[in-house]
Amino acid sequence: MILGLTRSWSLAGYAIAVILILPLFALLVQATLPDEAVFSHLIDTVLPTYISNSLLLMLQVCLGSLVIAVPAAWLVARCDFPGRRYFQWALLLPLAMPAYIVAYVYTDMLDYAGPVQRFLRQAFSWTSPQDYYFPDIRSLSGAAVMLSLVLFPYIYLLARTAFMEQSSSLLHASRIMGCSPWQSFWRLGLPMARPALAVGMALVAMETAADFATVSYFAVPTLTTAVYDTWLGYGSLSAAAKLSAIMLLVIFAMVGFERFARRKQELFQKQSRLTESDRYHLSGFKAWLSFGYCSLLIVLAFLLPFTVLAGYAVDYFDESWNSRFWQYSFNSLYIAAVVSFICVVLALVMMFIRRVSPRKSDILPSRLSSTGYAIPGTVLAIGVLVPLTYLDFAINDIYDYFDARGPGLLFTGSVFALIFAFCVRFVAISIGSIENSYKRISPSLDMASITMGQKPRQLLWRVHLPLLRKGIFAGALLVFIESMKELPAALLLRPIGFENLATHVFQFVSDEQLEHGALAAIVIVLVGLIPLIYLNRSLEQES
Amino acid sequence: MKSFKSLALLGLATVSSMGSIAATAADDLTVYSYRQAFLVEPILEQFTKDTGIKVNVVFAKDGIAERIAREGRLSPADVVLTSDFSRLMELVDKNLVVDVNSDTLNNNIPEQYRSPENDWYALTMRVRNVYSSKDRVGKLDLSYEDLASEEYKGKICTRSFKHPYNIALVASMIAHHGEAETKTWLEGVKANLARKPQGNDRAQVKAVKEGLCDVAIGNSYYFGKMMTDPKQKSWAEAVYINFPNQKNRGSHINVSGMALAKFAPNKDNAIKLMEFLSSDVAQKSYAEVNMEYPVKADVTPSDMVASWGDFKADSLPIFKLAENHQAAVKLLDEVKFDL
Repeated sequence: MILGLTRSWSLAGYAIAVILILPLFALLVQATLPDEAVFSHLIDTVLPTYISNSLLLMLQVCLGSLVIAVPAAWLVARCDFPGRRYFQWALLLPLAMPAYIVAYVYTDMLDYAGPVQRFLRQAFSWTSPQDYYFPDIRSLSGAAVMLSLVLFPYIYLLARTAFMEQSSSLLHASRIMGCSPWQSFWRLGLPMARPALAVGMALVAMETAADFATVSYFAVPTLTTAVYDTWLGYGSLSAAAKLSAIMLLVIFAMVGFERFARRKQELFQKQSRLTESDRYHLSGFKAWLSFGYCSLLIVLAFLLPFTVLAGYAVDYFDESWNSRFWQYSFNSLYIAAVVSFICVVLALVMMFIRRVSPRKSDILPSRLSSTGYAIPGTVLAIGVLVPLTYLDFAINDIYDYFDARGPGLLFTGSVFALIFAFCVRFVAISIGSIENSYKRISPSLDMASITMGQKPRQLLWRVHLPLLRKGIFAGALLVFIESMKELPAALLLRPIGFENLATHVFQFVSDEQLEHGALAAIVIVLVGLIPLIYLNRSLEQES
Repeated sequence: MKSFKSLALLGLATVSSMGSIAATAADDLTVYSYRQAFLVEPILEQFTKDTGIKVNVVFAKDGIAERIAREGRLSPADVVLTSDFSRLMELVDKNLVVDVNSDTLNNNIPEQYRSPENDWYALTMRVRNVYSSKDRVGKLDLSYEDLASEEYKGKICTRSFKHPYNIALVASMIAHHGEAETKTWLEGVKANLARKPQGNDRAQVKAVKEGLCDVAIGNSYYFGKMMTDPKQKSWAEAVYINFPNQKNRGSHINVSGMALAKFAPNKDNAIKLMEFLSSDVAQKSYAEVNMEYPVKADVTPSDMVASWGDFKADSLPIFKLAENHQAAVKLLDEVKFDL
């Protein structure tokens, strides 16, 4: 689309991108600084374990999510069975559950002291752990199961969309050629959904790499926890930065071929070409099996942990319902609101430039900015603190030069650092969402309004904005939820003494007293359900 | 379109209000605390009542030293309260604290429990105990060294050995036995574990109650805390609290403490606060809220703590632990204790 877009627009786009990828550069610079042999000691001792743990975890979670999600997606997209319409959105519920909360609940249930093993011991009159084998939930595979339970909806969502968009004529053709439903799944459905599954797995891998709370609670050391421990335990920022660099290599290698800017955009596609009659109508045993499978998933990944949480919240309500709780809730909501607002504005500017600029290179800012999502919170924290600390001191030095009292720690001592990091990490979501909405606005609209003599700014404000409303809203909502849930970056970057719901809940989880933080956990989950209601509406419209 | 304008205004308003979040009056004290705020607030309120000096206390679980280092000369911290000794040493090692010349402090706090350079002071002490199952083991008179013996194979539970409480214990072993012998001891203990190190000190006692293991390593004050928590009382009642090494050097002691931040904006008031914390009344209640032993010799512990019996404490000066801290961490990595 050719338009006389002045260079100042492009410059603005690049300026945004530079600011957003600054942490990445700062991190790499920090990684080249000397670290008093901490890193070489790590290499000699525990680093191989950390790396293999991280890789194994990613692999297991990817496979686990895939195995869970694909059948569910296929059933909901291509078959008809009782409850299907409810399952299509209910299977997204687990997204609202922070993994460490699910992990906590299951640990309580499944460890030696929990009701499951107690029951088994009574039933078989075993007396000690030597008498029988029971898998240890606090292990790498245990963590993988927990993470799969909350991350599978990403793959489910993308796979479901992919299955639905596969053209019905192919499906008819396969049936005419005598394919059974199984065969058309294996030979047509699955292979055609591969790109979508790859995107989903990349997403799941990134989320797994970024997970700090679950593995830390399960005492499974990964690169993420190693970054945290090296930084705060060994007190070596440079060694932590080196570890971070390794971690980024691992992540970028894994998802290098995928453009994560495309992440959740499939959420809002509405081009189902399948009609009701194209679905396999399941009956009898098959129908109940499908119903049972989907129900089981929802119970395990959402209903059960949520019920336990709600029970705790009721039991400890009087103790939790106090001014502190309100303060933390306010902090969470406030940060999330500011971050989603900033992300949407930045994404809008970048996407607008990309849409109307005559220069090919103007695609770059939004592409570059989207890499932030791949950076785990722990890693990002280092990258954010380094330049901001430098900036803080530079400002105070200027004041000192004029013999004035400086403002103190303007950026690192306030919530600015936290907000900045969240924006870097989540702007990709709003970019994806707005990009997707732009696809549905015909370029001829742009041309028409230019012909009518509109300036670029007017085009954005008067034509694009009203049409992009849905995408903007969806993007803002998703960023909002992610900001509520994000833990490691919040832990490391908050101003001292600042707590939000996520850090507050995690405090209790690591003290093994989640019941005291259950109320706060419930709030996080409930806020996370809002986009699902919204999604549900758009899914309903589809079918 | 209206909604967009109001949204934009809202955004601007929130961004501009960011700067005003952490505003405190200039002569108020700021305390960075590794100890939970509710434990220290009552005593700080008493200080404010006595002196009129307001105190803001902010709590963080970890990373305070790293933060003060980063904040450098701009740090608002006046006093740092730590919940254990290694955190105190971390501050000293990073050169973030400054010495206090106060006769009051030196008279109140015994030499063993303060820095020879006067740049840190212990406030309370606790023992690293060994808890044993009442039913299966009974009361024990053992040494830490015994934990590596065959007798305890598959019977020991502990939290991560990378936790400061355990690192300090390992450091004291290095101080008494040297690195090589300590490494052998660690390997022995690791071989005796009933499960991979996980959870916190209380979770180990719970595991003993459940029959997962017979002995657990844990700090003394958790015994009191479990006794007063209705949900955890039964855990504590299932074990004896044992004080190791009574036949030789005495039980390993860890301390919580305080230090004056190097760039404290209000040094004079900060020293006043530190002196207050070493006084009889503060010692009594500061130790009591967390069921610890006061360091001041003539202050008695609470009835609950006293009921666990008298014991002999290791006379190793606390600063000796610091010298072996890094060595302890490296040994743990070499032995892969937690993995």
